[in-house]
Amino acid sequence: MTEVSMTVNGKAVKADVPDNTLLVQYIREHLRLTGTHVGCDTSQCGACVVHVDGKAMKSCTMLAAAADGADVTTIEGIADNDLHPMQTAFKENHGLQCGFCTPGMIMTATDMVKRYQADGRELTEDAIRHELEGNICRCTGYHNIVKAIADGASKMTSA
Amino acid sequence: MTEGIGARVLRKEDKRFLMGKGRYTDDIVEPNQAYAAFVRSPHAHAEVKSIDASAAKAMDGVVDVLNGEQLTGDGIGNIICGWAVTQKDGSGMNMGAWSALATNKVRYVGDAVAVVIADSIEQARNAAEAVEVDYKILPAVAQSMDALGTGAPEIHENAPGNVVFDWEIGSLEPTDAALAGAAHITEMEIVNNRLAPNPMEPRSAVATYNNAEDHYTLYTTSQNPHVARLVLSAFYQVAPEHKLRVIAPDVGGGFGSKIYIYPEEITCLWASMKTNRSVKWTSDRTEAFLTDAHGRDHVSTAKIGFDKDHKIVGLKVNTKANLGAYMSLFSSATPTYLYATLLSGQYNISNIYCDVQAVYTNTVPVDAYRGAGRPEACYLVERLMETAAREMGVSPVELRRKNFVTSFPHETPVIMTYDSGDFATNQDQAIKAADYDGFEARRAEAASRGKLRGIGFSNYIEACGIAPSAAVGSLGAGVGLWESAEVRVNPVGTIEVLTGSHSHGQGHETTFTQIVAERFGLPTENIQIVHGDTDKVQFGMGTYGSRSGAVGMSAIFKALDKVEAKAKKIAAHVLEASEDDIVIEGGEVKVAGTDKTMGWHEVGLAAYTGHNLPEGMEPGLKETSFYDPTNFTFPAGCYICEVEVDPDTGVTDIIQFVASDDFGTIINPMIVEGQVHGGLAQGIGQAMLEGVVYDDDAQQLSASYMDYAMPRADDLPNYSVHHASTECPGNPLGMKGCGEAGAIGSPPAVINAITDAIGNNDLSMPATPSKVWAALQAASAKQAAE
Repeated sequence: MTEVSMTVNGKAVKADVPDNTLLVQYIREHLRLTGTHVGCDTSQCGACVVHVDGKAMKSCTMLAAAADGADVTTIEGIADNDLHPMQTAFKENHGLQCGFCTPGMIMTATDMVKRYQADGRELTEDAIRHELEGNICRCTGYHNIVKAIADGASKMTSA
Repeated sequence: MTEGIGARVLRKEDKRFLMGKGRYTDDIVEPNQAYAAFVRSPHAHAEVKSIDASAAKAMDGVVDVLNGEQLTGDGIGNIICGWAVTQKDGSGMNMGAWSALATNKVRYVGDAVAVVIADSIEQARNAAEAVEVDYKILPAVAQSMDALGTGAPEIHENAPGNVVFDWEIGSLEPTDAALAGAAHITEMEIVNNRLAPNPMEPRSAVATYNNAEDHYTLYTTSQNPHVARLVLSAFYQVAPEHKLRVIAPDVGGGFGSKIYIYPEEITCLWASMKTNRSVKWTSDRTEAFLTDAHGRDHVSTAKIGFDKDHKIVGLKVNTKANLGAYMSLFSSATPTYLYATLLSGQYNISNIYCDVQAVYTNTVPVDAYRGAGRPEACYLVERLMETAAREMGVSPVELRRKNFVTSFPHETPVIMTYDSGDFATNQDQAIKAADYDGFEARRAEAASRGKLRGIGFSNYIEACGIAPSAAVGSLGAGVGLWESAEVRVNPVGTIEVLTGSHSHGQGHETTFTQIVAERFGLPTENIQIVHGDTDKVQFGMGTYGSRSGAVGMSAIFKALDKVEAKAKKIAAHVLEASEDDIVIEGGEVKVAGTDKTMGWHEVGLAAYTGHNLPEGMEPGLKETSFYDPTNFTFPAGCYICEVEVDPDTGVTDIIQFVASDDFGTIINPMIVEGQVHGGLAQGIGQAMLEGVVYDDDAQQLSASYMDYAMPRADDLPNYSVHHASTECPGNPLGMKGCGEAGAIGSPPAVINAITDAIGNNDLSMPATPSKVWAALQAASAKQAAE
């Protein structure tokens, strides 16, 4: 067993977990934050993306112990009350259908926009498609996800 | 009316998904919950000599290890196929037994022989690895053609030669005669590649037996919870229907693969009773590849004949359909009544004959996957049409147009009656959107950059709105395929609609609301859609076959008729007017031509107080409908794909993809376009990326996302989506259905485009860069030789 303590969505949490507990298991099973999903076993699908110290991470690829001391944000913590501009953009552009990949998409998208804005790079459609390499959606064919992220990027700029 | 029929209403269900507050089966935790891990065969075909669970049972946290002998000993029935196909010679299918836990023989890699129930998932998985199974390995076969070969291993003893059934449709002799007299024949071998459906949410089940009430609850990832309950009760004898509640909460995609009732759900329910614990199982992704029903896997030879005026005179097809190791729920219907009945395409063809040999192999069971039979038919017909046009040196557009069905109803030689359509208008619209006239200039420009441009067409038709109960019953279906709905008006005028359809991404909570809003002029926020729980909804056949609009919404429509009629009677009584003069609009119930009016909520209140109702009328305002369709519906359209191939690498880029569809009435264009996008992505995935690969020992080599090429954002283009609708005469809303069209129509458009670019019609799916490059080399070699 390993004692892990971290901040999740602004709240300090601490627990003894088996050494091999993945961050996603800790989030889903221990903290019962079930918005973060598991869609594969090989770190391919991106349904489990969260932010660790401000960076998008696949929480299935990281031990909970490795996030000891970290500041973690999950889909539940991305906005205070209503919707984050990126969440609004997904709704307005019909960027989701079954909703299973959506939390990971939103976490990837917000990270993507922040990185491009910090670097002063333009987030083109090609760039969005390339950046989504690690997030699989089976429902939307990506058309509206790409539109939503472009729209969300401008909403985040003006917000 | 901004929220009624035809409005792009944003989805009501989105907010919970966006906030991470969706509630999927794996999110559910029951008190005293244990976890199941299945012991699965690593061999494709083997006798099970013995199972030794003693070491596993002694491990920490292990509650029990259960096997197939115990399961069948407790009277749990074999898994059924719900559609009895009659063979050419009049005999029934050669169906082998399928137990949820295999007893003396395993027939595919992943076939479960035992289940471990433990306190934690880690304990269950570790113990599953400690179960010792002694297998005697048998020869295995993965491909249908190999399974039919002499000396092939026998997979089920009651299916000689591994033939499940040998079935035919159409007329053999007239078709042969017509082809013998044809001026031109195009003949092809056409393979429809095996696919894994891959909804992003893996299957999951949480089963709870309550021994105090002798009652079971199952949370499960199902597209049709009532069908699951019916089958679990009537056929598997897990529990009688009134003692079993099945809940399919938020479900993360299905695409057909969550129609079926799999061994895992049956086993979890039974194991919950055996162990007196709630039992949870959630598939991992590799387990999903190994156990979720696959799709397609047809090998066909086809021959189409034309007269000297390029009119089709006949079509003859033979198909070998790989059904895998066991017969899944709709596995017999998919390569027969959902496939060969669509072989007439959009065309006038007087003579068609098709026979299908369905084959057992040592692979995952194959069943309906998005489109189910219709993509296989469309791919075959549309590759033949494009190839024939090239061989005859005529325009593929003109060849199709010359053969279009133009008057309706149109009876095909393969038992379908097309009720409506306008194929030429959809073709015109697609051609215009794709700027087909400018294609040769674009091809020349690409050639100047050393790239090969190609353009390909696909004119698909499908049969949806599944299905008229009496018709499918006469063809062997074990169930009726109607739908039910209940509309409850509350005393304050808000409305709950309980539907037997199930939404797992389709946006029913929005679309269904819109037809209620339209009817009474109410805001959508006053309307709630309830689905997915057998304790709430009386019955339902669920969602598949693009049936939720044409069948599910028709049931709601019929129930709304009844609610409207009763509401008018109440209002007429209260307002002292004639029932015929009552109109309902904008949330008001009015006497036409007067200022007499009452609010919709006042009608609700009057119905429930019962203080002032017409004599003899029962209080309350709640109506039910069971709607049984009168025919299939026939969505159709024209898809155009334009590609650019790099001749050095074989890498293909889709430059544009245009879709023009006839879906009949469209309730929410935003949602319909989303359905088309998703279908196109799956069809393009089939054409260019996806394929389940087995080795010679029937081991699946593509059972993870490292190995199976799921379409990603940078593999796919933006889509240009258009509609040209004709109303469906068969249902009250005029709807045809949109859920599968994209997956049905797109694969031939892609392959026709690539083969146009490379000048070689001999190319199979998935058209990977290496295959495209090899086909290009073959074409160049052939050209050089000539």
